This record gives sequence, C-alpha cells and structure tokens, in this order.
Amino acid sequence: MPAVLAVTEQRGGTLRKVSQEVVTAARTIADGLGATLDAIALGTGTLAGSQELGAAGADRILTAAHPDFALYNPDGFAAVIASIASSYQVIVFAATATGRDLAPRVAAKLGQSCATDVTALTVDAGKLVVTRPIYAGKVLQKLRLNGTPAILSIRPNTFAIAQNARAGAMENVPVPSFTQRVTVKEIKAAATATLDVAEAAVVISGGRGLKDPANFKLLEDLAAAFGNAAVGASRAVVDAGWRDHGSQVGQTGKTVSPGLYIAVGISGAIQHLAGMRTAKVIVAINKDKDAPIFKVADYGVVGDLFEILPRLTEEVKRLRAEH
Amino acid sequence: MKIAVCLKRVPDTTAKIAISNDGKSIDESGVKFVPNPYDEFALEEAIKLKETAGAGETVVIGMGNDATAETLRTALAMGIDRAVLLQSAGSPDGFEVAKALSAELKDGGYDLILFGKMAVDDYNHQVGPMVAELLELPCITTVAHLRMADNAVEAEREIEGGIELVTCSLPAVLTCDKGLNNPRLPSLKGIMAAKKKPMETRPVTMGTGGLELLGLALPPERSAGKIVGEGPDAVSTLVNLLRTEAKVL
Ligand SMILES: Cc1cc2nc3c(=O)[nH]c(=O)nc-3n(C[C@H](O)[C@H](O)[C@H](O)COP(=O)(O)OP(=O)(O)OC[C@H]3O[C@@H](n4cnc5c(N)ncnc54)[C@H](O)[C@@H]3O)c2cc1C
Ligand SMILES: Nc1ncnc2c1ncn2[C@@H]1O[C@H](COP(=O)(O)O)[C@@H](O)[C@H]1O
Repeated sequence: MPAVLAVTEQRGGTLRKVSQEVVTAARTIADGLGATLDAIALGTGTLAGSQELGAAGADRILTAAHPDFALYNPDGFAAVIASIASSYQVIVFAATATGRDLAPRVAAKLGQSCATDVTALTVDAGKLVVTRPIYAGKVLQKLRLNGTPAILSIRPNTFAIAQNARAGAMENVPVPSFTQRVTVKEIKAAATATLDVAEAAVVISGGRGLKDPANFKLLEDLAAAFGNAAVGASRAVVDAGWRDHGSQVGQTGKTVSPGLYIAVGISGAIQHLAGMRTAKVIVAINKDKDAPIFKVADYGVVGDLFEILPRLTEEVKRLRAEH
Repeated sequence: MKIAVCLKRVPDTTAKIAISNDGKSIDESGVKFVPNPYDEFALEEAIKLKETAGAGETVVIGMGNDATAETLRTALAMGIDRAVLLQSAGSPDGFEVAKALSAELKDGGYDLILFGKMAVDDYNHQVGPMVAELLELPCITTVAHLRMADNAVEAEREIEGGIELVTCSLPAVLTCDKGLNNPRLPSLKGIMAAKKKPMETRPVTMGTGGLELLGLALPPERSAGKIVGEGPDAVSTLVNLLRTEAKVL
C-alpha cells in the first residue's frame, strides 16, 4: 500500500494551525494515489492538538519524542524523517520558516529534489504535478515530481483545511541517533502582533500614506474589529523603522495569501505586489485614484485613509456584533 | 578566515517577464540582470568579516551562462578577492544546483560558506541547506543577525511571530536574509581593481534531477479592480460587497 507523510509543526508543545493545512493537502495527494496518510509530530512528548490530525485526514499520527525536541532541532528532525522516508511515496512540509529549512535538508539527505512553496497540486498518472509561483509571482511554474519520495512544501493559507476524518491512530516512532550540528537556543517572541502576517486569514497593511508610526493604531483597531487579522507593512515604512521587518509584505518580506488583504496608503509597487497578489480578495484604500494598487485590487476606495478607516472599523465592528 | 559566497545572476525584480515560445523559459531579451539581492547580503558579510579578521580570503562562486562573469565582476568590485565561474545552462532543480556547487566547495577549506536565503527568480529557498547536508556541515538559514565568537556563530532568524536564536560551530553554511547588513555599492576604485582580480572558469554538467519542468504560464490576470467609490461614504458599499459578493465578512 503506498503511503504519504505529512510533516507537522509545533510551537510550545502545541501543534500549529498550518499543520492541518499540510494534512489537508497531503490527504488530497493520498487520495489521488490511493495511498494511506501518516502525519508526524516531533516534540518532547505527545503534542497538544495532534489528535485533531485524524479529523483533517491522517490515518495514523506518528509521534517522535526526544528531550531535545522542545524547539526546532534541524538535524534531529531531518534524521527522524530520513529514517522513515523509505516507506513513503510523497513527503509534504509547510513552506514556513521551519519547513523551508527542514524540507531541503531531508531531500538532500535522501538524494532527492524538493519543490518549494507549492500553491496547487494534482496527481496525474501516479505522479504528483505541482504549481509554484516564481519570479515574484509573475510566472507560474508547473513541475512533475519524478523522484521517490517526492518532496514538497506547501504555501501557508493556500490549502483550506478540510474535514476528512480518518482513524488517526496514535503511534510512536523511534528517534535514531543523530549528530546535532545546530542548536536552537530560544525563541524571542516578536515585540508586536502575535498573529503572523503569513498565516492570518485577514491582513491589513499600511504604507507611507499612514504618515506617522503612531497612526498604525488605526490599522490595529481595524484588525481587532476583524479578530483574525494581522497588521502588515510596506517596505518603505519598515525601512523607516515604523514597523518590524517581520510584518513586511513583499519580495524582501513575507509572501501572504490571506482570504482578505487590505492595502492602506500603499502605492502598490511591483515588489509589494510580489508578496500579496495571491490573496483571495484585495481591497485598496488610497487617495490617488491612479495608484498601481488599484490594478490588482478587487475593491478600491479612493480617498483619505484618515477619514475612511474609522468608518470601516466601525462598520466591521457592527457586523461582527450582529453575527 | 576563508569565506565562500555563492552568487546567482537573476533578472531585476522590476523587470517585465515574458515567456518564450518554448513555454519553458523566459524571454531574456531586454531583461536587465542583477546579482541576486539576498546574495548581496552574503557578499557584504563576507567582506566585512574578512575586514574585521584583518586576514583571510573571500571567494565568489557563480554558476550560469557566460554573462554571469559580469555579475561575478560586480562582487569583485565590492571587494571579494577572486571568482569562480561554473559554466552551465543551470537547472530549475535546486538539488542539481546544490550538487554542482558542493563539488566545487568540497575541498576548498572554507570556514564559512554563505548563500542568499533564496534566489528571486526561482524562489527555491533550498540550495544553501542542501549544500550543507551534502558537505555534512552545520547550517543556519535566513540569518538576519550574526555574531561571531571563537570558532562559532550565533545567529538570529525570523520565524512566524518571533525570532529564533541559533548557534553552531565553524565551518558552517549560512543563508542570508535582509537585515544582516547594508550591502555596499562598488566604488570606482573597486571597479578598477576588479578588472585585475582572478576569475577561473570551468564548465560543469548538470543531471536531470527529480523535478521535470512541464511548463511556465502567466498567472491569471486579477480581474481589473472596481473602484467602489470615493471617500468615507463608500465604506458601506465596500462592506456590503465584502459580505455579499466576496463573502469574506
Ligand atoms: C529590491 C527591492 C525589494 C523591495 N522589496 C519590497 C517589499 O518586500 N515590500 C514592499 O512593500 N516594498 C518593497 N520594495 C520597495 C517598493 O519598490 C516601494 O518603494 C514601496 O513598496 C513603497 O511603499 P509605500 O507604498 O508604503 O510608499 P509609497 O510608494 O510612497 O506610497 C504611499 C501611498 O500612500 C498614498 N497616500 C498618501 N497619503 C494618503 C492618505 N491620506 N490617504 C490615502 N492614501 C494616501 C499615496 O497616494 C501613495 O500611493 C522593494 C524595492 C526594491 C528595489
Ligand atoms: N546558479 C547558482 N550559482 C551560484 N549560487 C547559486 C545558484 N543558484 C542558487 N545559488 C545560491 O543559492 C541560494 C538559494 O537559491 P535557491 O535555492 O535557488 O532559492 C542563492 O541565494 C545563491 O546564494
């Protein structure tokens, strides 16, 4: 029986939401191949939330526990996955800070290639065919993955979590001995937002049009009204020191694919578009009706953001209260 | 301190990209090529580290067509000591690239091997960690801050909602992210000096690899935006559309 492996991620002993997206995408592949699906969770013990992976489609949930797995352990994680890789036709990672680091290590260990940041996939005649944006999203590349196992990472927020319940039987896998060359000492929490722009369902980004760092309060208020939103920024304001680099959207920042992206006082330079053009719905608020952002926006409002934002926040709050 | 930097020649990010008739490559005519922006952080870091150490050697290695020589020359003009051009048509498969670069790097006796976190053409994010794995070296990816301490490095890398503090000993592979430094522009003196710096050229052959390129396509055009209205009075219309048409509220 062919099998697919989904590699999950945890933070502080709890499974991250993106893991369910990985399992969802991997379930699609497994169904296309007529394969079973295993999800692996690596930590110091059983991870909170790992039982839920069955609901997203995992036939088995494998736990690899090791005292040095509290934080990301690149060499240890790669060793575990490589040790079981021969049982799988396909191994799926998330294209996150961890997954982008881990997937190529595992691939090289196995002498295989790796397709990064996949946004669409199908199974064709027993082979995986994937689509991935290249050239800052200006071109879509279609690849057939001929190696075994085929290794890929999927872009967060692209594969909507589906309920596809399977047994989700819990099993342990042994951790082989490994040479630890790199040590993650600690995670320093970001000073601002807890929700990352790369993973939020709604992203509200501000640019130079905000005029002053203090005015980002307007965006934070709107984000709070949505509840599931993160505040992003253009490079111009990150370079000016108004916002953390972690919130920068664009070619030298993060690539985001939220359900809703609201660009406020952002002109829409090509490098900014590179980071957000795959958002499902784009809204632009800009006082210049010729700003390039309106060319990619589904909905645009021309006008002064300082007048528009408070109204928008109020309306969103009202709607949220009603529903 | 002996440091290698792997440098890729890529289209300028503002370039308009068109697909060639073969459907598998881009039309390079009229496209301006530049050093991969993330590799510039790697070049700057290498030059700075050598300056701080007061001794050592910096080497830039680039794989690509003959025009790559010009990109390598830019690195020499910034202050890198010598260059190696691996002539090849390249590959969309990062593992094939990693194998070719590892073969070149293997016996170089480097204390540090620096990469960009990704190439802005293929967005692979993978050649650095793959080379590290092939050479069995420690590897830290997407480094935004770096401290050197006796034969070891301490690095910060951005992760979702935080910063990871990571350490390893030398020799090591690092991939560089924005924030690491501010790459210098080549000075006139640097440009003159670069003309006399050594550049070795060798052909390399690439395997086919496990990724088969089926084709390139332009992304579907986003349907031209609709301006909902002007000023705060348009907000109700906007919210309505977001709720009933786009269904995101
Ligand atoms: C190699 C490279 C990489 C880059 N990477 C990135 C990246 O990752 N991300 C990124 O964002 N940029 C990136 N850039 C920079 C990019 O080219 C632009 O300079 C930047 O995006 C501009 O930021 P902005 O839209 O905030 O500012 P501006 O272009 O100055 O736009 C400000 C906008 O605000 C509007 N405005 C002003 N006042 C108001 C008001 N009261 N109400 C409503 N609207 C108002 C203006 O009409 C204008 O459109 C990169 C550039 C290069 C060369
Ligand atoms: N053809 C190449 N020649 C030299 N270095 C390369 C080449 N391709 C990739 N690299 C290096 O690998 C890094 C990551 O590239 P990628 O994995 O393709 O996104 C780049 O930033 C370069 O440092």
